[in-house]
Amino acid sequence: MKLVIERREISSPFLRFSAPIASIGVALFVAGFLLLASGVSPLAAYKEIIIESLGSLYGLSETLVKTTPLIFAGLGVSLAFRMQIWNIGAEGQIYMGAMGATWVALFSGLQNHWLMMVAMFFAAFLCGGLWAGVAGFLRARWQVNEVIVTLLMNYIAILWVDYLIYGPWKDPKGFNFPLTAQFSDTARFAEYFNTRMHSGFFLALFCALILYLFIEKTVWGYEIKVIGSNQKAAQYAGMNTGMAIFFVLFLSGAIAGIAGFSEVAGLQHRLQHGLSPGYGYTAIIIAWLAKRSAIGVVIVSFLLGVLLVGGDSLQLLWQLPVAFVYAFQGLILFFLLASDFFIIYRVKLIKGVARA
Amino acid sequence: MPFLFSLPPYMSDILRIENIRKTFPGVIALDDVSFSVARGEIHTLLGENGAGKSTLMNVLTGLYHPDRGQIRIAGEPIHFTSPRDALAFGIGMVHQHFMLVPAHSVFENILLALDNVPNFYSRKTYKEKIQKLIDEFDLDLDLDTPVWKLSIGAQQWIELIKLLMRDCQLLILDEPTAVLTPQEAERLFSVLRHLKKQEKSIIFISHKMREVMEISDCVTILKKGRSIATLTCGDFDESKLASLMIGKDKILQWQKNLQMSDEIVLDIHDLSVRNDRGLSDLDGFNLRLKKGEILGIAGVAGNGQKALAEVLTGLKNTSQGRIMAGGKDITNSNARYSYIAGIAHIPEDRKSIGIAPDMSVDENLIMKSFKSRSFRNWIFQNKKAIRQNAAEKIEQFAIKTGPDGTPVRYLSGGNIQKVIIARELSEHPAVLVALYPTRGLDIGSAGYVHKVIADGADRGMSTILIAEDLDELLKLSDRIAVMFRGKLIGYVNPRKTTREEIGLMMSGEIPGDAA
Repeated sequence: MKLVIERREISSPFLRFSAPIASIGVALFVAGFLLLASGVSPLAAYKEIIIESLGSLYGLSETLVKTTPLIFAGLGVSLAFRMQIWNIGAEGQIYMGAMGATWVALFSGLQNHWLMMVAMFFAAFLCGGLWAGVAGFLRARWQVNEVIVTLLMNYIAILWVDYLIYGPWKDPKGFNFPLTAQFSDTARFAEYFNTRMHSGFFLALFCALILYLFIEKTVWGYEIKVIGSNQKAAQYAGMNTGMAIFFVLFLSGAIAGIAGFSEVAGLQHRLQHGLSPGYGYTAIIIAWLAKRSAIGVVIVSFLLGVLLVGGDSLQLLWQLPVAFVYAFQGLILFFLLASDFFIIYRVKLIKGVARA
Repeated sequence: MPFLFSLPPYMSDILRIENIRKTFPGVIALDDVSFSVARGEIHTLLGENGAGKSTLMNVLTGLYHPDRGQIRIAGEPIHFTSPRDALAFGIGMVHQHFMLVPAHSVFENILLALDNVPNFYSRKTYKEKIQKLIDEFDLDLDLDTPVWKLSIGAQQWIELIKLLMRDCQLLILDEPTAVLTPQEAERLFSVLRHLKKQEKSIIFISHKMREVMEISDCVTILKKGRSIATLTCGDFDESKLASLMIGKDKILQWQKNLQMSDEIVLDIHDLSVRNDRGLSDLDGFNLRLKKGEILGIAGVAGNGQKALAEVLTGLKNTSQGRIMAGGKDITNSNARYSYIAGIAHIPEDRKSIGIAPDMSVDENLIMKSFKSRSFRNWIFQNKKAIRQNAAEKIEQFAIKTGPDGTPVRYLSGGNIQKVIIARELSEHPAVLVALYPTRGLDIGSAGYVHKVIADGADRGMSTILIAEDLDELLKLSDRIAVMFRGKLIGYVNPRKTTREEIGLMMSGEIPGDAA
């Protein structure tokens, strides 16, 4: 008897559909042991997660609040994935976007709400875009690995924002806390149902729709798909792949940057330390789970929003550390990647061995 | 010691393959294949692409496990689970792409392939052993030379020696002459004949009829996954083999227009191109292409043909020299501008640079014209027009596709090539650069490609045809230019030249030098 691993010529649609669900199931199962080790019944914990995040208007609104930045960042990352470009820097791009929006909110002196919103949007768009664009330029011009560049630039962005809020932008009335002054009402999103849910969520859905049309229906989307499928073929068909790489990374970062805009305008109303608790990294998981589709990003972001809100309640109820939520995310991604192996390959038992 | 040596004397068949079947999801790669190879026999496996030759070899060397059927070695049923098993039974393969470490010496490469080399081995003993083999076959090979310095022919010898050092009794050679000059191929054949005298068996895979006729004791013809006939020497001739191989499929007939104008459409002057390692792929290369002409480029693979095609289509930049097309200087412009200037390109490696494998036939067919107004409404793609264009092209070029939206990667090699040709020729280019356009295609598809090129010539399209099969070049070309180490050695007239003359030029001898 011998185990043989063979590549499947055609992956079965059933497996492609069921494997992600199964891997989330396995992740739940393994995470159950972590819960048990902390003395919490897994079933009770999972039930708590569902009830807290979906069982009430407040819970649902909180879930959507968490979903919003995840959608933006997830869209950004998945756009780049579409072209086989790995943008690991959504976290930094969120910070830069938030910084751009904050700069407009605090220092532009615009009085009109809509004008202010548009200006903040574009500032965030540009800052996030240019931040990722650096990696795009280096990759297009000198083949510098964009994974490393985008990843390392996260640290720069986060520390740069820290510098601003500990230094020049610090709120003089803020009791020396690392945060800027609060935005005026012109620079805030509308809120709904007396909850923290804000317009950013609808902007995120709109963004997803636009991105879907962009990828699936436009000439540029076609170009991106060709380059993603085979860069050499694209080059030989006369496409300017360097330009496309820069453009896609720029756009990818810009969309992640809007997440920063949405967070400061909709939720926090100021720039502060730790404004994103790792949304940019979660976005990588989201893009992967969503198989790079814009609609998928919305769905998966919502699921992870549920997990984040539910995880918060676990912290309150059982004093579980927030690390549990990250461990759970990690488990999901891990099993998902593993399931890809079973989608691509088949494992076969073969009887009879050569006698040599 | 492999038990081949304990063969009972009455068993003359070293290998017997019985009713092998191998399916992949949706595809029957091998349906029912049976044949046997006797000791000391050169057995040729002939078949169109997609007939199942490579699958069969993969089954035979243990990479695939057959669904049904039996492999017998010296009468004993055998299951291989890996190439290692096959090697242990004395079955070795020389692949088309050599498995050598270029920076290591010949000796080191051979040693790498051997099992059971002790940690503290005696260099001298092993060297003597290998040297004995080299002398026996009269090969001109120095053990201490690094492999990258050797010609392709010599590298092939190393692969052979590797197998012989392991006492392989059955050697499988997968299109071994594809990379050789005619002279090198001749040399290989004499080595094979010598091996045959030593009672070794050889499975020889080739497309080239002339070679098959020259060397085979036995020919098995594969067609659509079945072994349809096994003929022994004397029972077959070229036309019989061809008709068995293609069966009812007709080879397309075409007539080439011999009239040619003297108008020069492409003038390459003193062109030099450096590759990534800083070496010259093209070195002061000159070429003139006339309107409506098919200009064949002969040369051993790796003498600058690829660089020439890449420069002409704008994928590579020149370091020196000039390219004029229709009076326009297109020396340094990207692929798009070259295309506008009217150069189409059938690339060498269709899967890696010709297509976007994950995308549909429809989408691949517009890869070069997706920006044209007929395929878009403002910024949106006009899916209807794209579909219609595809339907036309699929009909016109007889492309066999799966259901709509099937990724191109699932098409057969011949059909992928048709997709590329349909795309490239649809804009009626003035110049076509075809790099090994029929490599790996079956006779039917290859005939189709020839017809398209010849028909194009009638319409005034000029073709630079880079091919490795001299017969193909001689048949199709109006003139043949021979390249060696990035230089043009000279032109020959295909109707007056000999294979020997071209062969000498391919190894760098300038005609008239000897005299």
